[in-house]
Amino acid sequence: MMMRMVWQRVGIGLATLWVVSVIVFIATSILPGDVAEIVLGQSATPETLAALRAQLGLDQPGYVRYFGWLGDMVTGDLGTSKAGGATIASLIGGRLGNTMMMAGFVALVSIPISIALGLWAAMHPGTWLDRIITFGTLSTISVPEFFIATIAVLILAVELQWLPSTAYMTGDENFGELMLALAMPLITLVIVVSAQMIRMTRAGILNVMSSPYIEMAILKGVPRRRIILRHAFYNAIGPIVNVIALNLAYLVSGVVIVETIFAYPGLAKLMIDGVQTRDLPLVQACAMIFCATYVVLILMADIGSILSNPRLRNPK
Amino acid sequence: MEKEKLFEIKDLRISANDDDGNEVKIVKGVSFDIHKGEVVALIGESGSGKTTISLATLAYTKPGLYFSGGECCLFGKDVLSMNPLGQRDLRGGNVAYLAQSAAATFNPAITINEQVTEAAVLHGRLTQEQANERATELYHALELPDADRIGYRYPHQVSGGQLQRLMAAMALCGKPDLMVLDEPTTALDVTTQIEVLKAFKKVIREQNSAAIYVTHDLAVVAQVADHIVVLYGGEIMEQGSADQIINRPTHAYTKRLMDAVRPKPTAGMGISSVGEEHHRDVDNLQVKDMTAGYGGIVNGEPKIPILKDINVSVKNGHVVGVIGESGCGKSTLARVMAGMLPPARGDIILDGKKLEGDLRDRKLEELQKVQFVFQMADTALNPKQLIGNIIGRPLEFYHGLTGKEKHAKVSEILQLVELPPEFANRYPMELSGGQKQRINMARSLAANPEVMLCDEVTSALDSIVGANVIKLLTSLRDKTGVSFVFISHDLSTVASFADEIVVLYAGRVVEQGPTDEVLEPPFHPYTRLLISSVPEMRIGWLEDTMQKREMAVGIARGVEITARGCPFYNRCPLAIEGTCDLKTAPVRELKDGHEIHCHRSIEELQETERETQMILHGYEKLGEDDPQVHVP
Repeated sequence: MMMRMVWQRVGIGLATLWVVSVIVFIATSILPGDVAEIVLGQSATPETLAALRAQLGLDQPGYVRYFGWLGDMVTGDLGTSKAGGATIASLIGGRLGNTMMMAGFVALVSIPISIALGLWAAMHPGTWLDRIITFGTLSTISVPEFFIATIAVLILAVELQWLPSTAYMTGDENFGELMLALAMPLITLVIVVSAQMIRMTRAGILNVMSSPYIEMAILKGVPRRRIILRHAFYNAIGPIVNVIALNLAYLVSGVVIVETIFAYPGLAKLMIDGVQTRDLPLVQACAMIFCATYVVLILMADIGSILSNPRLRNPK
Repeated sequence: MEKEKLFEIKDLRISANDDDGNEVKIVKGVSFDIHKGEVVALIGESGSGKTTISLATLAYTKPGLYFSGGECCLFGKDVLSMNPLGQRDLRGGNVAYLAQSAAATFNPAITINEQVTEAAVLHGRLTQEQANERATELYHALELPDADRIGYRYPHQVSGGQLQRLMAAMALCGKPDLMVLDEPTTALDVTTQIEVLKAFKKVIREQNSAAIYVTHDLAVVAQVADHIVVLYGGEIMEQGSADQIINRPTHAYTKRLMDAVRPKPTAGMGISSVGEEHHRDVDNLQVKDMTAGYGGIVNGEPKIPILKDINVSVKNGHVVGVIGESGCGKSTLARVMAGMLPPARGDIILDGKKLEGDLRDRKLEELQKVQFVFQMADTALNPKQLIGNIIGRPLEFYHGLTGKEKHAKVSEILQLVELPPEFANRYPMELSGGQKQRINMARSLAANPEVMLCDEVTSALDSIVGANVIKLLTSLRDKTGVSFVFISHDLSTVASFADEIVVLYAGRVVEQGPTDEVLEPPFHPYTRLLISSVPEMRIGWLEDTMQKREMAVGIARGVEITARGCPFYNRCPLAIEGTCDLKTAPVRELKDGHEIHCHRSIEELQETERETQMILHGYEKLGEDDPQVHVP
């Protein structure tokens, strides 16, 4: 029963990826202008355009190009950049590493902090600290991330001059130097993603707190700390895990603004550059990586909530 | 011998504040004592403050309420003025609470054993090993199946009746001085109720502990209580020994409560007065050779079969009661009739015309003619919609009424369910449970249906409110000629107003016919078991009943849906090995369309009935009816 549900989710995930690949391919195909026009620019004549298109394989019908591209993707060949001629794998490689590193550090810092703060707020509802947490998280959710980033730069880099305002990396710094270089985007992202996770943890726990089995626990004389940690938390895992997964996916794909502000060489910035140069294979590859991240993380969250549900874990 | 005084409740007052901050008195100065080894029953209808008072012994109030006066003394020490740590030790330590719905009070994510032993270990009454041992002992004492291992399961893996007993184990594990039992059997089938009552009585006697038993059911109180406190509107109307209150009540309110007790279902209770103008000898709704279940259909058989070969017909303007324990397929039958669950085989016929199995394929006027009333008005009514909109929807959808016309019709329907027209401007939240159930029915009535399918519509209501809803249903039938399919696990309610009764067991009809015939011997053995399980308002009834033969075999067994033979085989005192477990029971037809599906002949069933009467009443009574019978 449970394994079947897990495999079902995996199947749905794969199907989603396939649908996404079709959409990404079609969307990039209907963009006006193609690589041939961009490369040749002003000097384009109909003859040179046709010749370059034939050379790049752009004259073949759409479905042939789609299946060729899909086949290459599945076998790990991301193709070559049509703008510079370098392989896309080499272009993406370093950037993906940077993005993953940033996402990893942010996750390591924000998930424990969020769950702890969310639980704390749920344990002491109505106290002044709970109100500060509720109000603070609501404010950060309502404010765009570039604003938070700008404020952080203004205070920490310009006024106090504690941290560098750009995330400049040479590639041979030690861990401490690396942390210092990453500190500004890291702080910004932690603030942005924690807010939602804290609120969801708090709301999830408080929602469970109105169940009859929590009243029963109170009437059994169970201390409030144990009620929250043992009785409520296990029943609130499902929604919490989902919010964590969505925020992690956001870290990989949606941080382009933060990457731009701090000049951090991540994947999202690469994709924007690809769009500007009409480098379709690069855009397609980036889009597929982002979508795959979403699908995998949400799949993990789904499996997590299935595993945390005793009804599914222990069938009758 | 004077028993030791355990709890002394003195002039207890509990209040709430309304929106303007004014004090609203909920409990208005209540005093009574609880002695060791004694069961005190708090009785009264909903809103009488009985649960609120019982929770005071745990120094707890529901959110929004507060203690505004009085004392609640355990061994002479007031628990209301204790510090939070002392109160925490009191809860689950000295006093244990058992809630109405075990299914909701067990945490779904934690194993049963951890929940049962938690309080005893937390309060330092036992170590974890001692507590585990004690829990296993209790599981044995409460006659739970697989007692050595049941604790390792999760709550969803055991049945409702077992959970209720497991909650008793949870309360008893730390050997509390007092148990607070809040309607612990109200949500249960009659057969399960007996089983649980028996278990409670046994442990209270063996532990010499005390209990507060909160209920609105006087027949249950008669079985368990030593002392009875009758409450109304937060005040004590009358209190005294069980014998005095039950046999010689003095206060008018107590007498009224007694009258609302549903009598033992017997023939002749039904009221069959269909208005002549509505009477037609045509079947309104008919179900023919129907088989249905869940999980998809393979080769014409459902993967998870529930109902098998069902033949039921509802005559115009009649009330058909469907009874059976939970898990027998009563609700499934209504869902099939409404088209919510397409049957695997068989037909549903409305006014002689075959209906599509799937409600999405039915025509608008066919949908309009068959309406469903759900059990829980709380969840069936949209809390964000005005009553006027809730009732107005079907008027607009089926009859195209708008504006003034719709408004007038809404008022008319509200009057039909005996509510003032001003209710149209209220929200469901502002109504009481009984009023919400009326709105729930009014919404179905607005469609102007021919058949209303009522699924346990009185089960969540207390006896007085429930009786009023039944009265309303009867008057609706007389006024509008609508027919009802009335599903209930409560035989007395069904018997009080149904024209025909269908007894379902494990997805099959075991007996059906006119109410008077079904409730008269001969009975199908399952009908017999159901009738015997309805508590009587007589002290000592529980002990008498447990002596009966059908109880010995039939009680404490769950409903199992079997593919072969008679499904009642493993609970039947008359089962014939080699026949009942292998072959489908033949249909024995009696007069007026009364039929019994049993391998035993009518004569054999009648004979058993005589024997049962003999055991029950001894010879004297039987001798009067039938002088030839001699009992050795």
